[in-house]
Amino acid sequence: MKVIYLDNNATTRTLPEVLQKMGPYFTDFYGNASSIHTFGGSNKHVIEKARAQVAALLNSDAEEIIFTSGGTEGDSTAIFSAVNSYPQKKHIITSAVEHPAVLEVCRFLASHGYRLDIIGVDEFGRFNMEQYKKALDEDTAIVTTMWANSETGTIFPIKEIAELAHAKGALFHTDAVQAAGKIPTDVKDINADFVSISSHKIHGPKGMGALYIKQGTRFMPFMRGGHQENLRRAGTENVPNIVGFGYAAEIALQHLPEYQTHVKPLRDLLEKELLKEIPDVKINGDVKNRLPNTLNMSFGYIEGESILMFLDEEGVCASSGSACTTGSLEPSHVLRAMGVPFQFAHGSIRFSLSRFTTLEEIQTVIKILPDIIARLRAISPFKKGL
Amino acid sequence: MWDYTDKVLDHFKNPRNVGIIENADGTGQVGSLICGDALKLTIKVNKETEVIEDIKFQTFGCASAIASSSVLTEMAKGKTLTEASKITNQDIANALGSLPEAKMHCSVMGMEALEAAIKSYRQGGKPVVFEQAQESKLICQCFNVTEETILKAIHANNLKTVEDVTHFTKAGGACGKCKGAIQEILNKVLACEIPQKKQEEKKPFSALTIVEKIKAIENVLNTEIKPQLNRDGGSIELVDLNGNIVTVRLLGGCAACIASQMTLKNFVGKTLQEKLDKNLEVKQA
Ligand SMILES: Cc1ncc(COP(=O)(O)O)c(C=O)c1O
Ligand code: FES
Repeated sequence: MKVIYLDNNATTRTLPEVLQKMGPYFTDFYGNASSIHTFGGSNKHVIEKARAQVAALLNSDAEEIIFTSGGTEGDSTAIFSAVNSYPQKKHIITSAVEHPAVLEVCRFLASHGYRLDIIGVDEFGRFNMEQYKKALDEDTAIVTTMWANSETGTIFPIKEIAELAHAKGALFHTDAVQAAGKIPTDVKDINADFVSISSHKIHGPKGMGALYIKQGTRFMPFMRGGHQENLRRAGTENVPNIVGFGYAAEIALQHLPEYQTHVKPLRDLLEKELLKEIPDVKINGDVKNRLPNTLNMSFGYIEGESILMFLDEEGVCASSGSACTTGSLEPSHVLRAMGVPFQFAHGSIRFSLSRFTTLEEIQTVIKILPDIIARLRAISPFKKGL
Repeated sequence: MWDYTDKVLDHFKNPRNVGIIENADGTGQVGSLICGDALKLTIKVNKETEVIEDIKFQTFGCASAIASSSVLTEMAKGKTLTEASKITNQDIANALGSLPEAKMHCSVMGMEALEAAIKSYRQGGKPVVFEQAQESKLICQCFNVTEETILKAIHANNLKTVEDVTHFTKAGGACGKCKGAIQEILNKVLACEIPQKKQEEKKPFSALTIVEKIKAIENVLNTEIKPQLNRDGGSIELVDLNGNIVTVRLLGGCAACIASQMTLKNFVGKTLQEKLDKNLEVKQA
């Protein structure tokens, strides 16, 4: 069966040309970049080339980039570095809709004596700026809020958030894992101190990422040991992954405009047609300010996992904020923070497109989904009428 | 992705006995939109033989909720009310091959809906919403689960941990503030099973011998403090006791953690003071 992959916010396909570039660094040029011999040592240049490629995607200088094992490590590194570098400051701020890679770190610190403010969002998932302004004070070590939300695609006004943080002397970190490669990510423009990104969300290999550390920012490494990454991240460099990530970043930057010209129209078509074909549907997120590839919809009276399983039968991959899919018993914390009513939170489905998504694939979903919804609603005790 | 058996998938994709029986003799409901799953059963009963001649369901929920309801209708059909009322959640799960641990509550829901439908028949057909026994204490506010339901689940399924209880009843699965209460229920049940030595009269900490003191401290470390630190990837060991000064060493994740000083003072220190003696002081080795 042909797979229709609409779960690109979860992960993406590693591009064949990326894989091809990586291959020789497993088999032929496997030397350690820290070695004195030319065989290993020349891999240094390869790493530096990739660093420049990643820097270009973020519009930063190459020296401001360190390679990590992924978005999660970047998030941890940034937050722990900030609190460790300013030990007298005992307050951190984040938002209620962050990825667990940020939220759990903040909660960990909160359980170890830090004051934590978790800023809420409105029904469209928009950041509560007033609450944020009140929470900020001179004791704030770091503010960490994501650039774009993985579940709804909602984009935060991070430039403004960063400016307010700096005015109080706090550092600002943004998790740009979902934004990178989908919308322009100019870290100079937003003036962040830390920005984390992940390779597997931009068609690079998994287990790879980068952290941008603004020139002059106080920094403490998260991984200690060898002298790699200019003493900022110990561990023998994962050369094949670094090569792949660098190349994926370069390709992502080249193709960025396609998210507006190709992906967004397809997403909008999917949204429009589903709204037309299916009653009792609600869009989750800030439709005016959203990633071009993400569509999060709730279908009343039915539960998300059931929808996903029927979609899966047709080869369509998507995801859901329903409790049942995650193994936890509560629906998505993002939707709950937005005040999405329980019944709609349980019936939420996220479609996330890539630049490889085709019109034909979208038309298939538009064709099959109304039937699936009707079939499940026929079983549901809540659907009135029908 | 869940590991569903073919049986579960079959009942999910081709649910049997879907719908509502018009003029049903009994209607049972359980769950709600808020919980994320709900089931409505209607039954037609032969007044003479009390055999369930027809049964239909409607379910809001995941694949295993739909499959549990569907297989339940097959199991109950043709049985007398007495026979049917003996169907347990374990029977439902068995009929489906098996259910993932975290989905066992779906089978519990089936059992409860059937119980409600039978009660409805006995009461003349008015729909009955399954309710936890009224006089039983409400333990989990998030999912509205009472002590009795938890006890039943523990006994019927031989549950040992809070996590087990959450899988079977949902209690503890949301805010988690009821987890302590669930643990207490478990403790009581487990205590009944393993007869314990009667607790000795409690002497104040200061009156204990040095060996008893160390034992008492280690006991608090093991039961109250370590589990917490383990969650953060760390641990703790007792190094020394000198007067009221308890010297400990933080291990693993805690040792490297910059917040360790606060852990010591706020958490370890406070816990020891609360449990044993308010004059105790904690120092790092
Ligand atoms: C917003 C966000 N942050 C962090 C991560 C974690 O990234 P990684 O899987 O590379 O550790 C993800 C992806 O799951 C994400 O969506
Ligand atoms: S009260 Fe039980 S999970 Fe919240």
